[in-house]
Amino acid sequence: MKVIVPVKRVIDYNVKARIKKDQSGIDLSNVKMSMNPFCEIAVEEAVRLKESGIASEVLVVSIGDKSCQEQIRTALALGADRGIQIETDNDLDSLQIAKILKVIVDEEKPKLVILGKQAIDSDNNQTGQMLGALTKMPQGTFASNVDANENQVLVTREIDGGLQTVSLTLPAIITTDLRLNEPRYAKLPDIMKAKRKPITVRNAEELGIDLSSKVKTILVEEPPTREGGVKVEDIEMLIQKLREEAKVI
Amino acid sequence: MKILVIAEHNNNALKSDTYKTVSAASQIGSDIHLLVAGYNCETVIDEATKITEVATVLKADEACYEYQLAENIADLVFNLGAKYTHILAPATTTGKNFMPRVAALLDVAQISDITEIINGNVFKRPIYAGNAIATVESEDPIKVITVRSSAFDVASRDGNAATVQLELICDSQSSSFVNEELTKSERPELPAADIVVSGGRGMQNGDNFKLLESLADKLGAAVGASRAAVDAGFVPNDMQVGQTGKIVAPNLYIAVGISGAIQHLAGMKDSKTIVAINKDEDAPIFQVADYGLVADLFDAVPELESKL
Repeated sequence: MKVIVPVKRVIDYNVKARIKKDQSGIDLSNVKMSMNPFCEIAVEEAVRLKESGIASEVLVVSIGDKSCQEQIRTALALGADRGIQIETDNDLDSLQIAKILKVIVDEEKPKLVILGKQAIDSDNNQTGQMLGALTKMPQGTFASNVDANENQVLVTREIDGGLQTVSLTLPAIITTDLRLNEPRYAKLPDIMKAKRKPITVRNAEELGIDLSSKVKTILVEEPPTREGGVKVEDIEMLIQKLREEAKVI
Repeated sequence: MKILVIAEHNNNALKSDTYKTVSAASQIGSDIHLLVAGYNCETVIDEATKITEVATVLKADEACYEYQLAENIADLVFNLGAKYTHILAPATTTGKNFMPRVAALLDVAQISDITEIINGNVFKRPIYAGNAIATVESEDPIKVITVRSSAFDVASRDGNAATVQLELICDSQSSSFVNEELTKSERPELPAADIVVSGGRGMQNGDNFKLLESLADKLGAAVGASRAAVDAGFVPNDMQVGQTGKIVAPNLYIAVGISGAIQHLAGMKDSKTIVAINKDEDAPIFQVADYGLVADLFDAVPELESKL
């Protein structure tokens, strides 16, 4: 079966986001960019499905300007077979991204689409579910275990009260949670090999989708900072402060 | 403004997130309908009609809604959705699961995890793991919104709403429930608790969490953990407080043996009072704690419990 993994280029998770002086957004100039960590887990899961003989091809898709080819190359080095870059300079919402991915899904007819549950920049947690609705595919979100065969997939999901397992008929959408797997590091020979794997570039404007967004970001600001308080000498003092000052016990 | 809130429940009782989401909805407008979709959920319906701000409870009591499968709930909400200006659900794993499907079916954006309502079109939400707060404005005719419930108060319960029975069966058949392993606990749930006691890597192993459980029982508190403690295998993931776990804002948060990584702070820094117990006096957790105690937790926790 064919597996599609959409990946997003985001600020590296070790880098602290700095807000632009005009408060219009996050300053991404001269900042290290990487593949979204949840997308890395999605790539790893797809590659493992291929290694276990369940998947026959892993196709990676990224949407953005030319720089996101870096993240496609990373995925190819990790074991994906080919890539598609959808060229756009627009800052798209999850809905537009899902609509673009639907075009690719309709053309490529994968049995599984595996996505990260959310990107660590916008923290939206929407694209996989939206793609599911648009393509009428069932979904297993926040997956911590995936057990697939030709016709169905069992997905164990991390939910607020514990774990839930659902059975989905294929084709289906899976979104990854942190504990699904531990992504491998690309080895040098694989990085070299990835340079010869094909990446197709297509223009988002030519897909026949309305790319305008109805949601505007007006302002991006620092969260309120919390002042540190006092150190207490001992348990008695702590209890006294909690009872008489904070009045929380 | 006509607002639909989707209730979160377990077919027996409403989750506190529902009350908080209704209270968020009441900041937008007063014509609030509450959808309870479930199976054999009469007690939930009764409870829902008592929420003061709710005008009408919509009841969808069918087998296909028992496990809140995203495909079925999204189709149901989509069928109702065109009548509303706003559709709200708590940003829990249930709400996050079906709401983006609702938005896509209605061909509108979703605004995730709002923490503040400026007006019916303008909302604040954290981005970059809470390192920045974005103010966003939506021009969509229907606003599909998930609500970070820790940022809102609990709605009051002296109402008497009418109930309308829905005859809508949405059963996609492509997805089915297999099983559930829920953590059983007599303690309050993390997002609803007034007091939370959390442990980190400093707990050293899972057995030592008994110290925190015992303290929590004395305080009527929930027990949480940092990601480091979860990753080390001390406790299950559903206890995790942080950017990738649960977001809590209790009256009192006691962080024990937690260094205070940004990822953890993102999940608890809105707590009213924060206490940190850590033997490393340079631990970053002390920079956000109202009361810090530099001590060995294995002495301090039992002493705290005994002297309360």
